[in-house]
Amino acid sequence: MRLRWPGSLLLLLLASAALLFLGLLLGPIAIAPSQVAQAVFQFDGSSEARIVREVRLPTVVTAWIAGAGLAVAGLLMQTLFRNPLAGPSVLGVSSGSALGVSVVLLLQPWWALVPGISELALLVAAAAGGIGVLVLMLLADRRMGDTTTLLIVGLMVGYLCSAAISVLQVGSAAGPLKGFVQWGMGTFSSVHLQRLPWLVIPVLIALAMAILLVKPLNALLLGVDQAATLGTDVNRTRRHILWTAGMLASVITAFCGPIAFLGLATPHLARAVVRSGDHALLMPVSLLLGGALAVGCDLVMRLPGVDGTLPLNAITSLLGAPVVLWLLLRRDQWTSRT
Amino acid sequence: MDKPHMNSLQTYQLAAGHRGKALFTGVDLSYEGGALIALVGVNGSGKSTLLRCLAGLHPPLSGAVKVNDRMVHALDARERARTVSVVMPGRISALLDVRGAVALGRQPWTGYFGRLGVNDQQAVNDALQLTGITHLADRSLASLSDGEHQLMTIARAIAQDTPIVLLDEPTAFLDVVNRIVVVRRLALLARELGRIILFSTHDLQVAVDHADGLLLLQGGNALAGAPNDVLGSEAMRNAFSLEGLQFDPVARCFR
Repeated sequence: MRLRWPGSLLLLLLASAALLFLGLLLGPIAIAPSQVAQAVFQFDGSSEARIVREVRLPTVVTAWIAGAGLAVAGLLMQTLFRNPLAGPSVLGVSSGSALGVSVVLLLQPWWALVPGISELALLVAAAAGGIGVLVLMLLADRRMGDTTTLLIVGLMVGYLCSAAISVLQVGSAAGPLKGFVQWGMGTFSSVHLQRLPWLVIPVLIALAMAILLVKPLNALLLGVDQAATLGTDVNRTRRHILWTAGMLASVITAFCGPIAFLGLATPHLARAVVRSGDHALLMPVSLLLGGALAVGCDLVMRLPGVDGTLPLNAITSLLGAPVVLWLLLRRDQWTSRT
Repeated sequence: MDKPHMNSLQTYQLAAGHRGKALFTGVDLSYEGGALIALVGVNGSGKSTLLRCLAGLHPPLSGAVKVNDRMVHALDARERARTVSVVMPGRISALLDVRGAVALGRQPWTGYFGRLGVNDQQAVNDALQLTGITHLADRSLASLSDGEHQLMTIARAIAQDTPIVLLDEPTAFLDVVNRIVVVRRLALLARELGRIILFSTHDLQVAVDHADGLLLLQGGNALAGAPNDVLGSEAMRNAFSLEGLQFDPVARCFR
């Protein structure tokens, strides 16, 4: 059965809403559904309402936004590079963010001399690292202009960042190292309600930009040269895709850590659902599916007996790795001459 | 609609190449609508560069390309895409059905999100029918044979509704029957739609049998004319006379 616009979208919207509500409802402290609704829409200051509003709400919103953003970033990368294994981390953007975070976290003794250093510095550093790598990739793209080379450059930059992080880890104290390792395992629950706009607004802007790219993305399905003959300004489109995907990946990585597989696997699940490469359908489905999957992963983390002891990246990998394997085992549609 | 007019393609002293080094110079061409032209020449003679130059994708070193009295290299990307369509070699691996892939040819005519209007749907249906692949409309690209895939790319170029259609080696991966099917279809489309269709090929025999004109690139010069005139020319003998082989213009094969 083939899901079509708008049926699949409606279904996914409903699933997202249901999962978001479950995310507000479930947790170690039992809170009635009516109280949950009240806490969101009519905050009365009771302790239950505070738990819902200040702990669970930021977590589910972060999860949904991060999942949606990573899925769209993955879709953009896969179309740009014409490679099913491309994802937000492939460009080296996630690694750049990780490097930025490690500089702040691991060199803490040095930073202690600077007054007023806060968690915000962490976010700024992650975004700076991610966008720094992105600018590097844009320069490489201008110089080389072919996407396979760019993909390899992205991988190499990623390795370089990881190596730099290892060097930083050598001399660092146990405390900061623990914080960095925790960030590296990925989490949706580290964003406070007041900081939520810092994540949500940039991601929503980037998602809107991505939706505006639907037509040139479809042209790129035919290859860069052929897209140019259909009236696409190929260089500008490529730049827009890189900026959009880079912004999504680095902002989300800054807040949630480098989250594995979600960006890579979700577009493939979306393709399996809609059975079409048309971005007018694939883009909104990836977006909604990514959001729903991320909230689902967060719910798994909160299952009784798990209670946050399982790292987020373990869950996303359990979900994502089989998808990648399944892809490799049935590559027919991708391998026929590109 | 506007009054019917004859499509035209002209070049004036066209020269192009790579890194300032010309592959060909002084190319003067003049074609009118309804013609199928085969572009021939050995590897490296500049066939692809000439096609890209005619399409406005490659800047000329000197000279100009005019389609219906408009300079191709002065057009913006969208106007250019409404003037010249190009079929590049190779298979498309996207997860699309034939109708969806052909519909991408409407991009120069659609709005910001590329939604198809009634005219666009009609153009896609017409293109499928004219190319003879209406029965393949709902098939996935991956399921097509090489011959069917080539007809799909031609349908996409027809749906683009441009006076000029350029094809880079459309017969390269095809067996002998499909080569003839594709080139015959191109001849029919050129005549019925009044378009100028120019394709590069290594298949001299099929080119001579079905094209209205032959365009030979040899030693940096272009020779254009009726197939038989070009075949009997000195340039032809020079172009394809390596290793003691020659193209026999009467028997239409190499000896």
